[in-house]
Amino acid sequence: MNVFLWVIVPYLCLAVFVVGHVWRYRYDKFGWTTRSSQLYEDRLLRLGSPLFHFGMLGVVGGHVVGLLVPRSWTDAVGVDDHLYHYLAVGGGLAAGIAAVVGMVILIYRRRTVGPVFSATTVMDKVMYAFLAAAILLGMWNTIAGSIFTLGGEYNYREGVSVWYRSFLAFQPDADLMAAAPIGFQLHALVAFALFALWPFTRLVHVFSAPLGYLTRPYVVYRSRDDRPLGNAAPRRGWDQVPR
Amino acid sequence: MRVMAQMAMVMNLDKCIGCHTCSVTCKQAWTNRAGTEYVWFNNVETRPGLGYPRTYEDQDEWQGGWVRKPNGRLALRAGGRVKKLLSIFSNPKLPSIDDYYEPWTYDYETLTSSPQTDTFPVARPKSLISGEDMNVEWSANWDDDLGGSQEHAARDVMLKGIEDKVRLEFEQTFMFYLPRICEHCLNPSCAASCPSGAIYKREEDGIVLVDQDRCRGWRMCVSGCPYKKVYFNHKTGKAEKCTFCYPRVEVGIPTVCSETCVGRLRYIGLVLYDADKVLEAASIEDEHALYDAQRACFLDPEDPEVQRAAEQAGIPGDWVEAARKSPVWALINRYEVALPLHPEYRTMPMVWYIPPLSPVVDVVRDTGEDAEDRGNLFAAIDTLRIPVEYLANLFTAGDTVPVDRVLKKLAAMRSYMRDINLGRDPDESIPAAVGMTGEQMYEMFRLLAIAKYSERYVIPPAHAEQAHALEELATECPVSEYGGGQQDLFGEGSGYPTPVAVENFRMLQDRQTSDTLAAPDDKSSRVNLLNWDGKGTPDGLFPPRNDGGAA
Repeated sequence: MNVFLWVIVPYLCLAVFVVGHVWRYRYDKFGWTTRSSQLYEDRLLRLGSPLFHFGMLGVVGGHVVGLLVPRSWTDAVGVDDHLYHYLAVGGGLAAGIAAVVGMVILIYRRRTVGPVFSATTVMDKVMYAFLAAAILLGMWNTIAGSIFTLGGEYNYREGVSVWYRSFLAFQPDADLMAAAPIGFQLHALVAFALFALWPFTRLVHVFSAPLGYLTRPYVVYRSRDDRPLGNAAPRRGWDQVPR
Repeated sequence: MRVMAQMAMVMNLDKCIGCHTCSVTCKQAWTNRAGTEYVWFNNVETRPGLGYPRTYEDQDEWQGGWVRKPNGRLALRAGGRVKKLLSIFSNPKLPSIDDYYEPWTYDYETLTSSPQTDTFPVARPKSLISGEDMNVEWSANWDDDLGGSQEHAARDVMLKGIEDKVRLEFEQTFMFYLPRICEHCLNPSCAASCPSGAIYKREEDGIVLVDQDRCRGWRMCVSGCPYKKVYFNHKTGKAEKCTFCYPRVEVGIPTVCSETCVGRLRYIGLVLYDADKVLEAASIEDEHALYDAQRACFLDPEDPEVQRAAEQAGIPGDWVEAARKSPVWALINRYEVALPLHPEYRTMPMVWYIPPLSPVVDVVRDTGEDAEDRGNLFAAIDTLRIPVEYLANLFTAGDTVPVDRVLKKLAAMRSYMRDINLGRDPDESIPAAVGMTGEQMYEMFRLLAIAKYSERYVIPPAHAEQAHALEELATECPVSEYGGGQQDLFGEGSGYPTPVAVENFRMLQDRQTSDTLAAPDDKSSRVNLLNWDGKGTPDGLFPPRNDGGAA
C-alpha cells in the first residue's frame, strides 16, 4: 500500500503531467490560453486575481525552498531551525492567506457573476476543487501542524522533503511519507492529482509565463508562414487512392 | 537603407455616405462567430462623436500608444516591460464590455410560438453575454448621424480646446463619417505590448497579425493599441484584429471593406519605406512634425537607387512595379492630400485619410454663395476654424497648416474641374494657387473621382511558388482533414484552425448535398440565411409544422 501511494501514484501523475503537456502543446496550441474573463467583470477580478496569483507565486517559491533545499544547506549558511521555522511559517502564512483570500474572491466571482459562471467549463470546476483542496490542506498543515503542533511535532524537512527529493532522484523512499502526519499525506496526494489534471486544464497558462518579453525586441517581424497550420507537419495535399 | 513593403490604405472621407456597408460585410466575413459579437474590425463613426469603443481617443484614460520620454526615447504609454508583467494578472486599462457595448440578439421565437393574445407579441432583446433580458442602451454606432449628440458628442475627446466654440445643436454643427480599420502601423504598439510575442508584422507586406497559436490571452494588446482595434474574443480567450483580409490580398483582390464600399472611397496599394528610419521618425519631439517625419520614411519607388535597394532586400520586381502604380503612394506623397489618423500616438499608422471638404462646402452653400468658387471656398476654409481645427486634432496632432493645405487643394480641384466640365477654358491660376500644375490637378481629379477598380486597388499577389501555402487556396492538405479538436473538453475553438477557404468550401458543399437545404445538422437552431437559396424549409427557420391539425 505504501509503495502504491508513495511510489506508483506519484510517478503515474508525473508521467501524465509531462506527457500530457507535450500532447496538449502539440495538439491544442489554440486552446492554450488563460481564458481570461476580465471582459465580463473587472471590479472583483482587479482585487482577487493579483492577490491570488502573487500569493501563489509566494507559495510556489516557499515549496521550492522547503522541498528542494536540504536542511544541511541552510545549516551551512547559518540559518538555525528556529529562524528557519520563523521565516517559513511567516512567509508561508502571508503568501497562503493572500492566495486563500484571492481564491475565495475569485470563486465567489465565478459563481455569482452570470457571464463568468456560464463561461466555466467542467474541467475548470474539477480543477478548482482540487486546487482549493490542496491549498486548504496546505494551510491546515501550516497552521495546525507548525503553529499549534496538533498531533505532535513533525519536521517535514526530515520527512516529506527528503522523500520528495528521493522521488525526484528516482530512488523513492516510501516509508518516509508513510510516517508523515495524515495532513501532509492528503496534501501530497491531492497535489499529485492536481499535477495529473494540470495539462488538461487552463493551468497550462502557467507555462506560458511571458518572461521572454523582458528581453525580446518590441516589434516582432515574421515572414509569411511556410506552414500556416500550427506546428503539425504539413500534410500531403492529395488523398491516397485506396487499392 | 532597409527597404520594406507595406500594404496601405487611403480613404477619401468626402465620399463616405455612412452606409456601414463596409462594417456589415466585414462582420459577415470575419466576426460573425461566438465571442466576437461585439467586435467590429471595421466600424464607421460619425464625427464629432464618441467613437467605438466610447472615447477611445482619450489616451490619458486608456494609455494606448507610445510616448516620447524626456531622454528622447519612445516608451509605451501604459508602462514598460516590467510594469506590464507585474500587472498581467489584471490589466488595469482594459476597456470593459460596456465601453464597447453589450451585444444582444432578439428572442424571435416568442413571435411565432406565442399563444393568441390581445397584444402583439414582442421579441425582447437578450444579452449575448449573460443570456438575460437587457435594455439596449449603446452600440458601436449609437450616435450615428449625430443621434443624441447634444448629450454625447460634447465628450468627444477631439473637441478639447475648441469645445466652447462648437455648437452641437442640429443644423448648426458639422458632421462627417470616419470609417476605421486596424492601422497596420509601422511601429505597432499592440505588438510591442504583447507579452507572448504573438502579434507580428509580416515582413512581406507589413500586415499586422495575431498568431492565434501563440496568443495566451494576456490582453495587453487591447489596451496597448491607441485605436482600440485589437479585440478580445471572450469565447476562445484570444486576441483578434483586422487582418487586412490577408487571404484576399495575397491573391491580389482587395479587402472585403474596400470591395464592397459603395462610395468607392478606399484605395489600396503598396508603400515602400525605410525600416531603419521608422523609430527615429516616431521619436521626433514636435508632435506637429510627425506627419512629415512619417512621410520622410516612405521611399520613392521611381528612384533607381530605391529600386536597387528593394531588389537587394528581396522585394520582387512586380511588387516594386506595383509600388510605382500605387494610388496610396500618389495620394500621400505625390498629391499630398492624405493624412494619417492620430500621428501623435507615434505608432506610424498606415491607413490614411483625405479629410472631408464637405463641412466647408455645406456652410458656403447654405449661405447661398457659390460653393464651387475658389475664392468663396478659400475664404471659408480660412474663416471656418472649427471644422478645420477639429480635423487637425484628428489627422495632424492639432496642426492646422497641413489640413488647410489639403482642403485648399480639394477646393481648388472643385473649381478647376467645374470650368473643364462646363466646357470653359480652365483657369490655370487655380492649381497654381495651391502649388500644382493643371495637369497634376487633372490627374488627381481622375484618381479621386473616376479611378477604376484596377487603379484604386493595385495589389500585387503573393508569388505563385508560395501559392500552395496561402490561406485562400488552402491546398496544403485535403479539406477532409481539417478541423477536429476537443471542443467540450478545452473550450470553444480548440484543435487545429480551419482555413477560411475550407470553411467556405464546406458551407457550399453542405448546401449542395444536404437534404435539408442549408441547415447544418449540428446547428439545428441556426440557419445561415446567406446560403439559403429559398428552396425547402431548413430546420429552425420555421416553427415545426403541425401535421395533425389545421395548418
